[in-house]
Amino acid sequence: MPEPPRNVSLFVTCLLDTLFPDVAQAVVDVLEAQGVTVGVPAGQTCCGQPAFNAGYWDEARAMARHTLDVFGDSDEPVIIPSGSCGAMIEHYYPELFKDDPEYGPRARALAGRIVEFTQYLVDVLGVTDVGARVDASVVYHPSCHALRGLHIDRQPRALLENVRGLRVLEQANPETCCGFGGVFSVKMGEISGAMLHNRLDAFEATGADWVVGVDVSCLMHIEGGLRKRGSAMRTKHLALLLAEGIR
Amino acid sequence: MSDVPFKERVNAALQNPDRLRAISSGAEAAFVKRNIVLESLPDPDATRDLARQIRAHTIAHLDRYLAEFEANLTANGGQVHWARDADEARQIVLDIATRVGAKRVAKSKSMVTEEIRLNAALEAQGIEVWETDLGEFIAQQAGDHPSHIIVPVMHLTRQEIGRVFHEKLGAPYTDEIPELNLIARRTLREVYLSADMGITGCNFAVAETGSICLVTNEGNGRMVTALPRVHVAVMGMERIVPTLDDLSVMLQLLARSATGQKLTVYTSLVNGPRRPDEEHGPEEMHVVIVDNGRSRALASDLAEILYCIRCGACLNVCPVYRAIGGHAYGSVYPGPVGSVVSPILGGVPAFADLPHASSLCGACKDACPVRIDLPTLLLRLRRETVKQGQQPGWLSAGMKGYRAVATSPGRFRLAARLGALFTRLTGGRWFRGSLPGPLGAWTRYREFPPFARKTFQQRWQERSRHD
Repeated sequence: MPEPPRNVSLFVTCLLDTLFPDVAQAVVDVLEAQGVTVGVPAGQTCCGQPAFNAGYWDEARAMARHTLDVFGDSDEPVIIPSGSCGAMIEHYYPELFKDDPEYGPRARALAGRIVEFTQYLVDVLGVTDVGARVDASVVYHPSCHALRGLHIDRQPRALLENVRGLRVLEQANPETCCGFGGVFSVKMGEISGAMLHNRLDAFEATGADWVVGVDVSCLMHIEGGLRKRGSAMRTKHLALLLAEGIR
Repeated sequence: MSDVPFKERVNAALQNPDRLRAISSGAEAAFVKRNIVLESLPDPDATRDLARQIRAHTIAHLDRYLAEFEANLTANGGQVHWARDADEARQIVLDIATRVGAKRVAKSKSMVTEEIRLNAALEAQGIEVWETDLGEFIAQQAGDHPSHIIVPVMHLTRQEIGRVFHEKLGAPYTDEIPELNLIARRTLREVYLSADMGITGCNFAVAETGSICLVTNEGNGRMVTALPRVHVAVMGMERIVPTLDDLSVMLQLLARSATGQKLTVYTSLVNGPRRPDEEHGPEEMHVVIVDNGRSRALASDLAEILYCIRCGACLNVCPVYRAIGGHAYGSVYPGPVGSVVSPILGGVPAFADLPHASSLCGACKDACPVRIDLPTLLLRLRRETVKQGQQPGWLSAGMKGYRAVATSPGRFRLAARLGALFTRLTGGRWFRGSLPGPLGAWTRYREFPPFARKTFQQRWQERSRHD
C-alpha cells in the first residue's frame, strides 16, 4: 500500500474560524499528533454553502471562486472539519461551475481533494484510536450532510468507541435531522424550532453529558436550543473531544 | 393552492399538537414497516436501481411510450383523451359525464383528480360524487381534504372519524375501527351498485398492452371499474411503464415503499371496456392523459421528478412533514415530492415557500424507491425563486452583504471583529437576548454562540510568526 499523504491543507470553515477557533485548533492538534503536517492557506472565508442552499447561486459562485483561488492547484488533501461544507464542495461546486471552462476543472479538482476530518483519520490514515481518554457519556449526532452526503457514520463512531472512559449512548431515531438547515433555521424558524425540540427531547432522554458531532453548525443550533431550555447538556465537536483526551 | 400564507398555515398546524402527534406517529409507523418489508426483497438496492433505470428510460422516451399506449388501448376498444391542463382535463370528464347522462359517480383514489379539482366541477353540474377509498371517503364526509398522498386522513383520530360518521351518515357513534369500516362499507356498497360512472386514477399505464394498473387495499378500484357502465381513468402523463415486466418491478417497490406491504391486497389491470363476448364490465372506457405542467418539467432540469411513483415514502420519512403535517403545505401534493411538484404544476410564485421548507437533510432521497435526488431538485427550485424575485428583500440584501464579506479576506476579518465586539458588549458569552428583525427567529428557539476574540486564522498567523 502506498504511504498515505501526510502533508495536508486545512479548510478552517467560517464558523470554526469566527465562532469556534478551539475546535479548529483541536483538529490541528489531533492531526499533528498523528505526524501530519498541517498548512492553513491564507485568506480563507466561507465556502458559500449558505448562499447556495438559499438559492443565491450567483453569490455562492463568487464565494466558491474565492475558495478555489485560496486552495490553488496543489494536490494536497484538503481536510475539512464539517460534513456539510465538505458535501457542498464535493457535490455542488462541480454543479455550480459545470459550464465554466476556467473554474469547472478547478471545482472538480478541489471536489476530489476534499476529505472530511474523520474520513481522513479513519479511511486515509487508518487510525481509529488516537489514544484519548475522556471520562464522560455522549451521544453521537450524525449530521445529515455528513451521513447522507458523504457517508460518514462509522468513522466517528469508531473513533468514539476507542476513547477510554467514554460511554457512548444511543438516542431514539438517531438519523433524524436536528432542523438546522442553514438559512432554513431563520427563514423557517418555526419549523426548525419544532424539529429541534423533537431532537432535544431524544438527546436529553439519554442523560448524556454531551452531544458529539462532526458539524459545528448543527451543534451550535443544538447547544443554543439546550441552553435556551435550561438544559445542563452541552455539545462538543469530535475533534475537540479527541484533542482534550490526548492532552 | 391555499390563500393563507405558508407561515400562517405552519403556525396553525403547530397549534394542534394532538393532530401532529397522530401524523408523526402514523408517518413513522409507515416508514418502520417500509424498512422491514423492503428487506424482504432478495436485493432491494438492485431492484431500486433497476426501477430507476426503467423510470429514467421511460421518461426519456415518454412520447414514444404514450403513443404506444394510446394505440394499444384504442385497439382494445378504449378511448384516449389528451388534456393540456386542468381545465381541459375537467372539461373532458364533464363532457363524457354529460353525454352518458351520469347522475352518480363512484371514484377510487386518485391524486390527479384532486390536482385538477374534478369533484367540485362534477358537483357544480349536479352530479353526485362519492369517494370510495376509505380515507378519501372519510375526508369527503368530513368536508376535509387529504393531508397525505397515500393515507388521506393520517391527520384524523378514530374518535374524530366516529363523530364525522355519526353526524354525516347518521350512524350511532363508535370509535371501534371494525365498526367504522362496516359503516363505510354499507354506504359504499349501495354507491357501487347505483353509480353510472366510475372514475379512477392510474398507478401505472402499460404501453405494450394498453392497460392501466390500479392498486388498492379495499377492492374499491375493482368495484368502480367493473360495475358502472362507464369507466374514466385520469392519469398524469408520466405514469407509464413500457412493459408488463417493468410493471412487476415497480409493483414490488410501490406497496413496500407506500404502506410496508409486499403487494397491495388488490392489483387490477384494466385493458379496456367490455368486449362483445364478455358479460360484465363497462360499456365505455376512457383514459384522460393529463399534462398540466408535466411537459414543462420534462424540458427543465427538474425532469427527474417525473420518475416519482407516488408512494409517499418521502413524506413519511421527512422530519418537516412529521413536524407540520400535510395541510400546512397548502398543496394537493405535500412533503418533499410536493415541494418540487407543486411549483412545477402551479407556478413558482404560488408555491415559492415550499422549496425552502426543507432542511435538505436528504432522508427523502434515501427513502425514494427510484432514488430521486429531491434535495438537488429543491435547490434548483430555490435558485428559481431567487431568479424570479420571490425572496424577501432582507434576505437578498443580506446575501449581497455576505458575498461582499466572503469574497474579501479583509472584509471577512472586519466582520469577525464586529462580531467579537457584539459579543464583548453583550457579556462575552452565549447571547440570551432577542436579535432584531428576521434574526429573531434564531433567538426565539436558541441562544447564539459568542464570537471569538481572535479568529483561528489570526491565531495561526501569530503561531507561524513565533515558530
